Amino acid sequence: MTTPKSLFEKVWEAHAVRTLANGQTQLLIGTHLIHEVTSPQAFGMLRDLGLKVAMPHRTFATVDHIVPTDQLVEPYRDPLAQAMMDELRRNCAEFGITFFDRATGKQGIVHIVGPEQGITQPGTTIACGDSHTSTHGAFGAVAFGIGTTQIRDVLATQTMALGRLKVRRINVNGRLRPGVYAKDVILHIIRVLGVNGGTGFAYEYGGDVFDRFSMEERMTVCNMSIEGGARAGYVNPDQTTFAYLKGRPYSPAGAAWDEAVIRWKSFASDPGCHYDDVVTIDAASIAPTVTWGINPGQGISIDERVPDPAQAKAVDERSSIEEALAYMKLRPGTPIKGTRIDVAFLGSCTNGRLSDFQEVARFLKGRRVAAGVKAIAVPGSQIVALQCEKLGLDRVFADAGFEWRAAGCSMCLAMNPDKLVGDQLCASSSNRNFKGRQGSPTGRTILMSPLMVAAAAVTGTVADAREVFAVNQN
Amino acid sequence: MALAKISSVTGRAVYVPGNDIDTDRIIPARFMKCVTFDGLGEFLFHDVRKNDDGSDKPHPLNEPRFKGATILLSGANFGCGSSREHAPQAIQKHGFRAIVAENFAEIFFGNCTTLGIPCATAARADIARVAAAIEANPATEVVLDVAAQEVRFGGQRITVEVRATARDALVNGRWDAIGELLDGLPAVQSRARALPYLAA
Repeated sequence: MTTPKSLFEKVWEAHAVRTLANGQTQLLIGTHLIHEVTSPQAFGMLRDLGLKVAMPHRTFATVDHIVPTDQLVEPYRDPLAQAMMDELRRNCAEFGITFFDRATGKQGIVHIVGPEQGITQPGTTIACGDSHTSTHGAFGAVAFGIGTTQIRDVLATQTMALGRLKVRRINVNGRLRPGVYAKDVILHIIRVLGVNGGTGFAYEYGGDVFDRFSMEERMTVCNMSIEGGARAGYVNPDQTTFAYLKGRPYSPAGAAWDEAVIRWKSFASDPGCHYDDVVTIDAASIAPTVTWGINPGQGISIDERVPDPAQAKAVDERSSIEEALAYMKLRPGTPIKGTRIDVAFLGSCTNGRLSDFQEVARFLKGRRVAAGVKAIAVPGSQIVALQCEKLGLDRVFADAGFEWRAAGCSMCLAMNPDKLVGDQLCASSSNRNFKGRQGSPTGRTILMSPLMVAAAAVTGTVADAREVFAVNQN
Repeated sequence: MALAKISSVTGRAVYVPGNDIDTDRIIPARFMKCVTFDGLGEFLFHDVRKNDDGSDKPHPLNEPRFKGATILLSGANFGCGSSREHAPQAIQKHGFRAIVAENFAEIFFGNCTTLGIPCATAARADIARVAAAIEANPATEVVLDVAAQEVRFGGQRITVEVRATARDALVNGRWDAIGELLDGLPAVQSRARALPYLAA
């Protein structure tokens, strides 16, 4: 009998090429996803070294960070954005890489495009020059965010040098209460384990809640693994995974499909395998969660009050609360509910998928965005946009007073025209609330689930979506 | 491709206090609209160093007495957030050659090592000792001895840790893995043949 192994161990062993002199592993990266921001310098390095792309057929590109969501026609108003676009196009053409350009109708945020094309598959390794590459772990892939020099390494050799991670199993058991979503689950996990609690670990998510979750919900959780300090996060592949992948453009078909499913199943963690740590969370203890500070671990449930530095146990904790409250312009010990917002942002690689817009639209119908609030809804890909538009969801958002935009990263990180101005406060379905993250050096972000963003948009304040939309009665 | 063997870094140091200093703070995303890394050093910590009108905010990197420092000291979870190599590139292009902090975010740590920037971890109290010494005398010579895993300054020393794989890579001049990875290409090809999803 063989020793039971975790998915991480199995995928690692299947892709480990050899041990390098410093003890790291040369790890084969089966799928390399690239985008316009972190790849141009890597191609430059490749040219300087006179190297080719080792496996252009396993390299896929899209454009997401810099694309304007309100301008489809090139040249873009921002010449720097246009230059990055041109550079990616040139690099893909020169090295024979498939590029999901806007003209293909398949463009979108890289972590939405990979899964919807069926490129993201169980038992594979994936790398991308973006920390939210952990998203792809939802399929039982081991997916790493990497830097530009490593992009060069993967381009040139289809491998990278990496030390093996430990594995922490995170069980979320029981049932989520109505109005509590995948976003709340991951914000809760980060709150409990800390923003650097995952350092050195891959997170394996499981338990009742993940068994029931759709692929899109699993992606939302895996997406923010990095916000918890974990370099990778994954869910074991199951029937939900296979049903999602069946019939996608890059999914195996015919006899190859059946073989693939057998192989994919074999990668799932074995019962009784070793975990370096196990954490169990009761789903019923998770409330709609919002951040109050300047990192994603600074979260509270919607009913709680903003922390008071005077109550802090350690000096360090006190100074970090003080710094966060000063930046956020929040008063210690006050309820977060009722905090006035200026902007509502729905979208990003965390929450920019069809089900996110469907769930919000279900409740938003017939409601109006509060006066003085700028609300934007940004589908994560052209395909998501089309799916929404076929269902008439774009009308629901537009009728409610949301601007319905074209696919891109948009206001998640403000490398495009969608930015906060001054110290605007944004209710955001994105993943980071760092100082200045949304484009203004004094701009403020409160992270929350898409439905909570909608509740904030219609009330003009941070609000409990369960009350605003009478969620329990639906 | 002979790489420098980085067994130590010697220079003056500057302390940027705080935990969870993220990559957006190190280099705000709007400065990443570029196709080379040139010129990023100028924008290091931009939004915490500069007011909207371009004037200086109070920040250690704006203080003339710390100009020219090559060793950066900071707190816990340094470099968290994005995988952008623009962050360590900005740090390096600003003139830093090493970072000493309580601990580092994973991707940032790897990016630094690949650029030949040693990242050493140390206890908070020990970092505070170095910070106190440079506060008292910014001209203090600080030596990060990567091989011996210690920092020496003004007649004192603290113990630091540089992860074994990174230490080996730095000290032996193989911190940029590309040469070794390329040497492995035949093994890569045979490994790839065993994985059906990699078939052309």
